[in-house]
Amino acid sequence: MIAAMVSLQNLIAQEPFGDFSWILTIVFYAFFFVFMFYGQKIQMYVMIREVEGSLYKLKYMKDEGRKIAIETIKEIGKPQTDPTGRVDRFLEYFTIPPQSLDPAGIVWKLEHILDVRDVQFKDEVKLMAPSADETQINNLENTLEVASTLNYIYKVIRHFYLLGKKTLSYYVIIQIQMILPLIMREAEAYVSALKAFSHGQPIGDGAGALVAAKIMHGYEIRKVPKDNVVASVPIEGRTAYVIKAEGPGGNVGKPGEAVKIVVDENEGKIATISMVDAAMKLEGEEVGEVAEGIGAAIGGPGVDQFKIEESILKYRIPINAVIIKQDIGDNVSPMRKEIIDGVDKAVERIKQIILEKTKEGDKVIIVGVGNTIGIGQ
Amino acid sequence: MSKTPPNTTTKVSSFVLMIIFITLALSLTALVLALNLVNQYPEAAVWLLLIGFLGLALSTYVLFQTRRRILHLKIETPSITTTIECKKCGFKSVREFQRGDYIFKEVEPCQKCNEKMLITAISREVKEKEHAPPRSV
Repeated sequence: MIAAMVSLQNLIAQEPFGDFSWILTIVFYAFFFVFMFYGQKIQMYVMIREVEGSLYKLKYMKDEGRKIAIETIKEIGKPQTDPTGRVDRFLEYFTIPPQSLDPAGIVWKLEHILDVRDVQFKDEVKLMAPSADETQINNLENTLEVASTLNYIYKVIRHFYLLGKKTLSYYVIIQIQMILPLIMREAEAYVSALKAFSHGQPIGDGAGALVAAKIMHGYEIRKVPKDNVVASVPIEGRTAYVIKAEGPGGNVGKPGEAVKIVVDENEGKIATISMVDAAMKLEGEEVGEVAEGIGAAIGGPGVDQFKIEESILKYRIPINAVIIKQDIGDNVSPMRKEIIDGVDKAVERIKQIILEKTKEGDKVIIVGVGNTIGIGQ
Repeated sequence: MSKTPPNTTTKVSSFVLMIIFITLALSLTALVLALNLVNQYPEAAVWLLLIGFLGLALSTYVLFQTRRRILHLKIETPSITTTIECKKCGFKSVREFQRGDYIFKEVEPCQKCNEKMLITAISREVKEKEHAPPRSV
């Protein structure tokens, strides 16, 4: 490096720059010493600038989220007063998870906290949008939750940015700068979710719900707690109880509760449970790819997965999982055509599993997991 | 009604713009000076040319970068299509998504058999980026 600098300096110091060569010599030495003593500081300032650029984008995203939420509430809910204040309060809402020092019984505590949160959110949305129906309330709640998430992401990044600037600590800045591309991807996904939720369009996460809807469509449905529907569908001499969240509003229901009810109703005489859900794909995998495995295919805080595992353990019921692959951006943005094609493949795969693993006269459960926004039944 | 504060994120700081334009003006002056001095002081003219071109390149680059940031911040709204099918005769039509549409919603009667049609899909088309890595990787 030094040798290269010296040779470059010698080259420039030759004619026709002769008279000005001393300036260049000073400049070169100045550069050399500045980079030797302040190299890391300069690097840190570059990183701070990079974080600052992303922070600008995040601010724009969270402002858009807030704007879309307010506009949608005004359009659909027709409130008498301006909902801006309430929306701003909603965006700052937080949930404290239960204490896990003694983990016994934590699932029920978490479930209770989430139930309270859900009821509170719905009440808040009803106050903001008095003219909205049940479906619209669910969609508005989802829109506000997305806006709230964007607000939270912005605040966390801003916190680290300001802390880094204040302390001038290389390690504070570098930790946020390293994960920034992933955070930005997530934030961009939430931005595309905003429009989908405010318009009630089906999202990628609803792939599982769409599979269930395609199987149960045309059959009589009944409601099961909480916010789920179940239909009894004959498939090649077997009886399939198809479960999904009640659509078309933005809703994930409580599949764990629904599975428990159906299993108990049949006194555990269920030959197999097939769960279908959207899952994160790895880079390089195709969107809409269908894969098959074992276990309870369900995300979220874990309460429903726990309940399903409890039910299958009690009666030793085999469980299969079918997943439709997509990336984080597809998961919360309007459903891609490739995912809809994947849904058709998943329906076929589920039927094939039932045919291969059960015999005529058996009872099976099919659970379509995911947000059923924009998907009826 | 409370006013929504103006969005400052998409604005370019007037101070930055001022610096860009001053640099641009100085660079142009340096270039003009270089042309005037090329016969009398060729060495100085070379330096002025160098400074002029560097300043010109730098200020144009910064100006374009700032513009790109604004363009980049615009949220793209993908086009969403609703596919409607007639279960009886199989007639299929595709239209733009309308608020209130959902999959399995019964809509207007079929143009061919007058049976009620059903929304069977709501989807967005994604054009793969040209610089996406080849699938064989």
